[in-house]
Amino acid sequence: MASAGLWSDAWARLAANRAAMTSAALLVVLTLLALLGPMSSPYAPDAIDWEHMAVPPSLESGHWLGTDRLGRDLFVRTLHGARLSLAVALLATLVSLLIGVTWGAVAGFAGGRTDALMMRAVDVLYALPQVFFVIILTVLFDRSVFLLFVAIGAVGWLTMARVVRGQALALRQREFVEAAVASGAGPVRIVFGHIIPNLMGPVIVYATLMIPQMILVESFLSFLGIGIQEPLASLGNLIADGSAEMETAPWILLVPASCLVLIVFSFNFLGDGLRDALDPRER
Amino acid sequence: MLLEGRDLAVRYRVSGGLLRSRWLTAVDGASLSLSSGGTLGVVGESGCGKSTLGRALIGLAPLAAGELRWQGQRVDGLSARGWRRLRRELQIVFQDPLGSLDPRMTVGQSVAEPLAVFEPSLSRAARRTRVGETLERVGLPAGAADRYPHEFSGGQCQRIGIARAVILKPRLVVCDEPVSALDVSVQGQVVNLLRELRDDLGLAYLFISHNLAVVRHLSTEVVVMYLGRVMESGPRDAIYGRPLHPYTRMLLDAVPVADPQIERHRTRTLPSGELPSPLSPPDGCVFRTRCPLAEARCAERRPLLQEAAPGHRIACHRWREWPTGLNTPPDR
Repeated sequence: MASAGLWSDAWARLAANRAAMTSAALLVVLTLLALLGPMSSPYAPDAIDWEHMAVPPSLESGHWLGTDRLGRDLFVRTLHGARLSLAVALLATLVSLLIGVTWGAVAGFAGGRTDALMMRAVDVLYALPQVFFVIILTVLFDRSVFLLFVAIGAVGWLTMARVVRGQALALRQREFVEAAVASGAGPVRIVFGHIIPNLMGPVIVYATLMIPQMILVESFLSFLGIGIQEPLASLGNLIADGSAEMETAPWILLVPASCLVLIVFSFNFLGDGLRDALDPRER
Repeated sequence: MLLEGRDLAVRYRVSGGLLRSRWLTAVDGASLSLSSGGTLGVVGESGCGKSTLGRALIGLAPLAAGELRWQGQRVDGLSARGWRRLRRELQIVFQDPLGSLDPRMTVGQSVAEPLAVFEPSLSRAARRTRVGETLERVGLPAGAADRYPHEFSGGQCQRIGIARAVILKPRLVVCDEPVSALDVSVQGQVVNLLRELRDDLGLAYLFISHNLAVVRHLSTEVVVMYLGRVMESGPRDAIYGRPLHPYTRMLLDAVPVADPQIERHRTRTLPSGELPSPLSPPDGCVFRTRCPLAEARCAERRPLLQEAAPGHRIACHRWREWPTGLNTPPDR
């Protein structure tokens, strides 16, 4: 008998899901492109080409995805933007994972008054409008990429905490948790040794579906002008830039927008695939 | 005495709306004692509070009242931390063999958990050896340690659960319906394993079951529970040979005899009606609604446990009137 474990079953199901695997491959390619692609181009992301301003995509000009109205190469800028957007989304998701999973698991396992207090705190934070929250932060501190992580992550962990708390509440009733108590395990050991490993399935799925949301939030904030600032490129401010020239030079909008759509779709397909693969009800 | 409980009660709050809360008394006024190396069988129908009692005795369910002593020391009212220190000597085997093992842990990790808690200084290799030995002791190959619970059958999972319970060589193991989820053929093997372990390791068992034959096979003392109350308690042979409480007699009557000749001509009395809700138990004697001997005073006063013979205690107003009130059970 192969000592398979539950993860390899899930992996086999995921591998059979064509949409999810295509999306995963696409994401790997996009990530590599975002990291390495700009090096293959002679243009810097903020270099202005006076000869070619707002040229459409063509091979002759050397800007094969065109340039914006300042003559900056769109291929390089879009990849730089994707890199920054991905980094912000991944870090923000990681932050929400760490805080949300710990918070939710502790609340769910502790139950009673502790649980009520912890979850009311989440409710209060949830009630704050996110944009308002970010604006306050940008007023109080300097605008920076780091601030954006904090702002997005601070909101993202709330939903994660709710998802995890629900799972932890259910797990707490399971006999193997009582068995751990009977074995003498303390609360820390139970939360980190039994509760959290057993809710990793839904957490992974939720995190994968959270990344595109984070990218959209980042783009939204940058579009409004309170996110990533010029000359740094993010998908959000590139789209904002392009939308101004939508009628005269549509490619300035279309290039970063297609990139965003591609990333968001891929993450969603991958997340759906993961959910199907890890769903215990299927077993 | 290893374990001694007097007038133990366990109550749960059941939400009954926004402001009022209702209480469910799962165990009420239970008294019992268990000596080192002995086995106390607890029998009763489903929902009679026997599992709750077993959990309360080792601090897994909160005691609402009563006095509990472990090796002479008061342990009722102990904090979770206080109980944790005692867990080296108090272990439990659960009813659901697979459900009591963490699906994300290997068998070795599950079995080693008490070791990891109580002997953290043990080296990885030494821990592995101990786990291997314990698995072999319960009849599994040492190599089982690297596999996952879902790869094993119910009986094997129960052996794993037993290995986890005995790896620290505890003094008391609560067996909460350890064989009722298993096939009949496997039940016997697991019961025999439990008996061997008891004799080899000098364990004491609190053996909870609704299976009267299994309890008879293992126990030295037996407690009969109904709706959270102890109806009768005493030495095994007294309970099985000369049951005094009408409920005990009915329980024993309900067991089929493996001989069709006897079975056909047997007369027996079985409880009528449904088990009352533990949320609103009958006044007086809780068994009176199903008892053929019930009379007016049974509804008025709750019968106290009284000694009928040395060590044999019974809670019934009318036990002295036996055998006139009930059919004499066939020879068992």
